[in-house]
Amino acid sequence: MEECTALQLRDGIARGQYKSFEVTERIFERIERREATIGAFISTFKEEALEKAARVDSNIAAGRKVGSLAGVPIAIKDNLATRFGTTTCGSKILANFAAPYDAHVVEKLEAADAVIVGKCNLDEFAMGSSCENSGLQKTVNPWDASRVPGGSSGGSAAALAAGMCYGALGSDTGGSIRLPASFCGVVGLKPTYGRVSRYGLVAYGSSLDQIGPFGRTCADAALLLQAIAGHDERDSTSIGETEAPVPDYLADLDRPIEDLNIGVAREFFEAEGLDPAVERAVREALNIYEGMGARLVPLSLPHMQYAISAYYLIATAEASSNLARYDGVHYGHRTGRPRDYLDVYYASRAEGFGAEVKRRIMLGTYALSAGYYDAYYLKALKVRNLIRQDFQAAFERVDALCCPTSPEPPFKIGQKVDDPLTMYLSDIYTISANLAGIPAISIPCGLADGRLPIGLQIMTPAFTEDRILRIARMFEAATDYHARRPELKL
Amino acid sequence: MSEKLTAEQVRHVAKLARLACTDEEIAEFTEQLAAILQYVGQLEQVDTADVEPLAHCLPVHNVFRRDEVRPSLTNDQALANAPQRDGEFFAVPKVLDDASA
Amino acid sequence: MNVQTIVGLEIHVQLATRTKLFCGCKLGFGDPPNSNVCPVCLGLPGTLPVMNRTAYEYAVRTALALHCQIARFTKWDRKGYYYPDLPKNYQISQYDLPLSFDGHLEIPLEDGSAKTIRILRAHLEEDAGKNLHEGLDHSRVDLNRTGTPLLEIVTQPDLSDPAECRILAEQLQRLVQYLGVSEANMQEGHMRFEPNINLHITDDDGAEYRTPICEVKNLNSFRALERSVAYEQWRQKQQWQRDHAYTQENHGKQNRGWNDDRGETVFQRAKEEAHDYRYFPEPDLVPIEMDDAWLAEIQASVCELPLARQRRFIEHYGLSAYDAGVLTAARSTAEFFDEAVAARGPAKRVANLITQQGLKIANERGCAVGQIGISAARIGQLAQLIEDGTINASAAAAVFDTMLTDQRDPETIAREHRLIQQSDAAALAVVLAEVLAAHPQAVADVKAGGKKTKKARGFLLGQVMQKTGGQANPQIVNTLLDESLQ
Repeated sequence: MEECTALQLRDGIARGQYKSFEVTERIFERIERREATIGAFISTFKEEALEKAARVDSNIAAGRKVGSLAGVPIAIKDNLATRFGTTTCGSKILANFAAPYDAHVVEKLEAADAVIVGKCNLDEFAMGSSCENSGLQKTVNPWDASRVPGGSSGGSAAALAAGMCYGALGSDTGGSIRLPASFCGVVGLKPTYGRVSRYGLVAYGSSLDQIGPFGRTCADAALLLQAIAGHDERDSTSIGETEAPVPDYLADLDRPIEDLNIGVAREFFEAEGLDPAVERAVREALNIYEGMGARLVPLSLPHMQYAISAYYLIATAEASSNLARYDGVHYGHRTGRPRDYLDVYYASRAEGFGAEVKRRIMLGTYALSAGYYDAYYLKALKVRNLIRQDFQAAFERVDALCCPTSPEPPFKIGQKVDDPLTMYLSDIYTISANLAGIPAISIPCGLADGRLPIGLQIMTPAFTEDRILRIARMFEAATDYHARRPELKL
Repeated sequence: MSEKLTAEQVRHVAKLARLACTDEEIAEFTEQLAAILQYVGQLEQVDTADVEPLAHCLPVHNVFRRDEVRPSLTNDQALANAPQRDGEFFAVPKVLDDASA
Repeated sequence: MNVQTIVGLEIHVQLATRTKLFCGCKLGFGDPPNSNVCPVCLGLPGTLPVMNRTAYEYAVRTALALHCQIARFTKWDRKGYYYPDLPKNYQISQYDLPLSFDGHLEIPLEDGSAKTIRILRAHLEEDAGKNLHEGLDHSRVDLNRTGTPLLEIVTQPDLSDPAECRILAEQLQRLVQYLGVSEANMQEGHMRFEPNINLHITDDDGAEYRTPICEVKNLNSFRALERSVAYEQWRQKQQWQRDHAYTQENHGKQNRGWNDDRGETVFQRAKEEAHDYRYFPEPDLVPIEMDDAWLAEIQASVCELPLARQRRFIEHYGLSAYDAGVLTAARSTAEFFDEAVAARGPAKRVANLITQQGLKIANERGCAVGQIGISAARIGQLAQLIEDGTINASAAAAVFDTMLTDQRDPETIAREHRLIQQSDAAALAVVLAEVLAAHPQAVADVKAGGKKTKKARGFLLGQVMQKTGGQANPQIVNTLLDESLQ
């Protein structure tokens, strides 16, 4: 049961072979043993989860219809609003915030009868690449407790990698699902912008944010994506059912794509700071694809070098506006003794936000401020267009693009916190997919020094998640990296 | 875009963002933000003369909702997270400015 | 010395949709505080706005009525500033691509002429909530009003005096009520004004000066609008006369507040100190593309506008300017009038019935004239009966009152109440002859001429009326009287 994938577990529970209640109990036993080391969860819901599990079991026993994730323990990132518990976004400013509504994806998970076990740690307001910016607690990489799990959805990835759930949801604005997936040796998918409703996702970079699944396998990622994808009338940026109907992501998953053309962008392999172990693993992965009949097409994405700059202006500009509402007036932390009403703003925010959040708010504010708007924000939007055009041109020649997810294996805790710019450069491979709005997945493709996970990233055109999953599955079927587990003493 | 960021500018930005900062923080932020701005300054090199800004990735227009009433929250729900309340109202220290920005 | 007053007006009109601009909370007035709120309009983390289609169409309808160009592509922007009544600390509005621009509105001036005021733009935005602090040591925030749809209309600086500002405001009120896009109820704060005023002064040496443009914030009555503009006219001139350096170049734009009790404006803030709003495109809302078909649909919903209708009543029906004004004050009255006339009621008679009786009752009851119980068709019929002399004016008034609860046609009612005017000249002649025979002194008085004539005539007429139970047609009796006393 423990080595089951989410899909296998789902099927097993549906058949009556496993009882969700027992599975959930085991999960909480693990959480109790491992959380002291890992620190993946900000909050857990044992009682509620067991209650839900019991209900699923009894419905199945009675022959009643249950959802696609019935009885499967799932973890969700703590920037997804839930009526139960708190939604902290890893920040002191929302440490006690109780939302009066559920995010769309939470409603979908519950309708699918998933068992939500807890809410996971993240970089504060999803701003970060290592999970070290959380204002509330630390999460470590289950593969090596002295290293970061990646960010910003570090908690979700670590919980899954450490066997404390069977699947998880995260959010990705510049790589926040893919990077932790890569660092924790699991599958992480960022869907096309607009594929999954953002209603209930606490906004960071509104034109870049997407919610996506973590899974042990491509099938698990497909299963979760199926449950959450689709139009939501509460999100104006959610694509309509007619424009892009949600396909069955599992149906053709195991059927390889014939005559696959994979684009290999020069810029990705010329990037500064690409660790040799990562480069080796990724090139080997490309060889494996070639061995399966794929054609590797060298090409260029000429504006790739500007992606980080464009991102850090657009995302922070949007963030500076999205986070303006955290002011201690209507909800969230308010400073203890405000001198006047202005002080409520200045002091509450100063006390409630961590340094990285403040930095990004200030950068974004500057980029939008009078006299600088054209040179920074507007310029970045134009460069964004060029980056999207690069991808459109590439996809006219190839079916997918492949590259590393991260330039390096998981780095040490504390290694980059003092240099924000160095931290930003970790996103070099992931960021452009957000700018262009296209889907991207990270799958395990190797272990540096035999023990530190390396991720392979695949990108395809908008609304082709079925294709991306099949391509990823081709590699997974030919290798066993996805089956590796961290050695956990507990 | 090429002048170096000053502490004065950072103070102004902190004010726009309603963030109280100590002098140390201002100094630190000035250094860090200056470095970041230096880096992003590379965008100046890109020729964007005939390029439209891309604010929305999505090929979607005209999304509307019908003018139909939906249930509101109860007053208690609305104020559940209020740091301070005065009966049915949110309470803040007295606001002295005029009503508009 | 020549002093010209230059005023541009910004008007915010609250639209009469059922729900707010971005969420399904209802619009209400005077509801318990924080009871019409939801996660979206409270700006809770993770919530998103979705545009109210009706609000958008109302905005376009109004813009069309103001002869504006309608943008084929329009987008939304965030305007950032911090205030307790603005939960997101940004307002969703429109900045560089408003939904309409370049229109105009004609206003009738007091001297009978008309003036065209150009409209720079009209766009949609959401309202903020309310801060209350009267008599408190803290402020109370009520977010019921947050998210209410507002149409912001900005004129060019074409207004030249306080009266024009008031007239424009009144015309705009009537216009939006006509279009059905806003109740424009001033008591409920549905219209707010912000005039921007300065003076162009040419002194006797020919030197030109412009005083600083002063914006008076947040006025919510026509009276306050007119008074504050008048005050500014006076204050700026005074200040300039004391100090010729009081100019736009030296001082820039400023914000002023209006103190209604003291009847004066107060300096608030120089525009340079004003917020840097940091406008940028709203990422949570997609742009709107207006195509021909949709535009035509909305155009069809624009009714005949009030000023045009007023003119038509004067020119086509020959009504007085006063009557036309009364009949077009509310769209429902004007339509009722048109309907009655279409039912073959003579226009002037119909006008009198409505203005002298119908509207009185409607106002007492606080309802539209069409809801007092008499259909437009019946009014038309009644008017025709007066016109053709079947009943006289006072009889008509009685029939009218009866018709409030009696659904039958006026002629039947008149007959039943014996109010049909006797207009048969032959029959009346007989009665008249009897009366003349019975009162030879009065006849003599009339024939004699002089002071007693009028009274004697009246007496004789009265006798005929008495004998006919009040039903004689006075005009005919008079004519017969004249003839028989030749």
